[in-house]
Amino acid sequence: MGARHLVTLTLNVNGEMRRVTSDPDTPLVYVLRDEFKLKGTKLGCGLEQCGACAVLVEGAPVLSCVSPVSAFEGKSITTIEGIDANDTGSRVQAAFVTYSAAQCGYCTAGLVVAATALLDDNPSPNRVDIAQALTPHLCRCGSHPRVFRAVKAAAKS
Amino acid sequence: MSLAAYPRIADWITAQDGLLLVRTGKVDIGQRISTALIQIAHEELGVPFNRIDIATVRTDKAPDEGMTSGSNSIEQSGKAVQCAAATLRATLRKRLASKYGGAPEEWALADGAIFLPGTNHRFPVIELIENLGKDDLVDPAALPVARPYQSPPRPRMRGIAEMVRGGHAFIHDLDVPGMWHARVVRPPHVHARLNGVPETARARLAAKGLHLIEDGSFLAVVGPNEWPVVDQAQKLAIACDWDVGKGLPETDVFTLLNASKSARFHAPKAAPTKGPIPEPLVLPDHTARYERTYQLHGSLGPSAAMAQWSDGVLTLKSHSQGIYPLRESIADSLGLALEKVIIEHMPGSGCYGHTGADDAAFEAALVAMAHPDRPILLKWSREDEHMWEPFAPAMAVELAAKTSGRSITAFSAEVFSDTHRGRPRPGPKRAGPGKLLANRFRETPIGPTPAAPNMGVHAGMHRNLDPVYAIENKRLVKNLVPDLPHRTSAMRCLGAAVNIFAIESFMDTIARKSGADPIAFRLSHLDDDRARNVLLTLQDQLSHWPDLTEATGRGVAFAQYKNAMTRVAVAIELTVNDMAEIQLHRAAIVADAGRIVDAEGLTAQLEGGLVQAASWALHEEVKWDRDGIQTRDWDSYPVIRFDNIPKVSVTLQDQPDEKSLGAGEASPGPTLGAIGNAVFDAVGLRLTRLPFTAASIRQAAYH
Repeated sequence: MGARHLVTLTLNVNGEMRRVTSDPDTPLVYVLRDEFKLKGTKLGCGLEQCGACAVLVEGAPVLSCVSPVSAFEGKSITTIEGIDANDTGSRVQAAFVTYSAAQCGYCTAGLVVAATALLDDNPSPNRVDIAQALTPHLCRCGSHPRVFRAVKAAAKS
Repeated sequence: MSLAAYPRIADWITAQDGLLLVRTGKVDIGQRISTALIQIAHEELGVPFNRIDIATVRTDKAPDEGMTSGSNSIEQSGKAVQCAAATLRATLRKRLASKYGGAPEEWALADGAIFLPGTNHRFPVIELIENLGKDDLVDPAALPVARPYQSPPRPRMRGIAEMVRGGHAFIHDLDVPGMWHARVVRPPHVHARLNGVPETARARLAAKGLHLIEDGSFLAVVGPNEWPVVDQAQKLAIACDWDVGKGLPETDVFTLLNASKSARFHAPKAAPTKGPIPEPLVLPDHTARYERTYQLHGSLGPSAAMAQWSDGVLTLKSHSQGIYPLRESIADSLGLALEKVIIEHMPGSGCYGHTGADDAAFEAALVAMAHPDRPILLKWSREDEHMWEPFAPAMAVELAAKTSGRSITAFSAEVFSDTHRGRPRPGPKRAGPGKLLANRFRETPIGPTPAAPNMGVHAGMHRNLDPVYAIENKRLVKNLVPDLPHRTSAMRCLGAAVNIFAIESFMDTIARKSGADPIAFRLSHLDDDRARNVLLTLQDQLSHWPDLTEATGRGVAFAQYKNAMTRVAVAIELTVNDMAEIQLHRAAIVADAGRIVDAEGLTAQLEGGLVQAASWALHEEVKWDRDGIQTRDWDSYPVIRFDNIPKVSVTLQDQPDEKSLGAGEASPGPTLGAIGNAVFDAVGLRLTRLPFTAASIRQAAYH
């Protein structure tokens, strides 16, 4: 069984074309983490409920824990490791540092990715816009107030 | 405790390779303790931040400081590091003064050097420390350095730069050559046992190149690639034949809390005794009962552990809050000598108490011992964590008071709960192993260990059962209730969350019934000036908040954690909308945590506690039926999200000459109280059972 199902796929990850041999049904996050060793994207639920695994696909935030890797062939994927290639991304990162917008840090990568997508789409979001963009993301430490401050600051800078 | 067991300076601070190394047994669980400890060493010794590091917390190297819990790290490890660093400062000054002149206190420490101003005597601090005697003792009376500036320090959080780039390594990210992944195959519920694994299921695993670990009803799938392991473990759980027995009990837990025969103790000043229990108040003027159902820690990243069994030594990496007690419990479970088990702490996701971390470590050990020399990374699934972590116990608190005018003259509090102490601590009758989940399912099962009453002061369910208010006649009773439906353990605040919620709701009710302002009513029952200042500051802030609109209310609450740690007052403004949902608008926290070590970290802990308590108050509720736990993910167990976060302000009252106080659990209790009081203010309903779901608000409105 097993091996018969393996296929070779080419993915564009952080601007680099990368090949992987995998079961095409494997959710993208496992390929990013285990095959490409991009461990910054976290797995929190595997159910698209918590946002820890967010990556950008063609610039839009996508949760990577359910959709199979085969669905991402030919699309441009940006993970937290590549988010600083985008000017907005590096501003968001800097603001998260300035405002200490993390506690344990497990949700942070997903939030930075989502905030980058938000600001690329809407350079001056209000509090409701920020809340709406980040509501798919859970933070259990309660860093939300600092995340609001950081995203606002990144929008202004 | 920390200094008494580890009295040498070298137990806490060493210097090597140009770095100052701070040694601690406390682990960073997202509460920024490592930032705080570095800040303390920096302040005492003038060594720059980037030349101070925290040593890895490992059972064969770090001081054994027991658990990282109870908001104790600043007062234990922080105090020890501060005294060690202050002793070093005094020693260096004295030696240099006697050799080069000047009075000891004239020698200054800054930028990594110690120098005598006005001379060219200047020496690198780290090198001097490297050359000190290794057995010099810490002076436990060494005072912290005086603060030359006005505002408390705000160091940059350790690790944040890596976190925002995805470079901060969590235990889940371990990836070493030859490593295999493992997943436990769970029964439908805790009473189910394995009848058998179908041959077809075994064949499917084999065809996928996966292995099955079997020890009684404990099953795990292991193999080289993560996704096939995850996928097949899930499928195998469904394919297995389980004997489900009678299933989980469905009796209402709040009925069980009173119906069962409990171990009952009088607990004056929240210190349980074996003495007689005072009679209840006769004809009290006010009575109320407050309840909370089972809740989850609900870590964002499910538990994980790495294990390797090589040459008779079991090496583990774990995000447990207590690697020393865990080591003893695992060694005992496996019949290994203590020194043959080594546990190193590695960060997991924020935990807020006893999660699946310890259980995962033991499960990884079981798998590793079946596959010698192979590193095993075992991860729990989301469903594993939701169903199998030890829950925060369901609780009930019954309060009564007699009043005279606007003062409380007699007060009674009686709390009912299962244990908050489910951690695998060693004890009689193999108590430690009996608290590790997998041991229940092995061929030779161990446990569950029956709960023993916690007789510590402000421990377990009776933490903050004693109101901080000056009331002459107090009757405090705890009831440890056995045989309840679920495994329970420590969650942030332990009993204090529910006790403070109860007391602060009750204070609000009595104040309103006596026609008193809720803040003025509290102030009239408070002798402690620092507590009064915290409340007065909050009162002043509230006077600047805009007028309330319809269905909007404000509530306040106050508490001092364990009646000895950080004092916190909270105000909440919220609306109860037409759907009976609570929408949080704004919140203010005022806190006195003594001498502030790290203002940013302290603020983050207070804010985080408020948000977590808001989630407990509005949403969190474990549900189950005969077939098992039904809250298995974030849809069935909703929690607070970004769309309902209030604007939070935090005001810190620094006390540079007082001791630093633990703060990690100081804000949730008052937050629960303030939310309940704000709901009453908004719609006139007194909610007494957490959580305040829309359904429960509608139900309260009918009654």
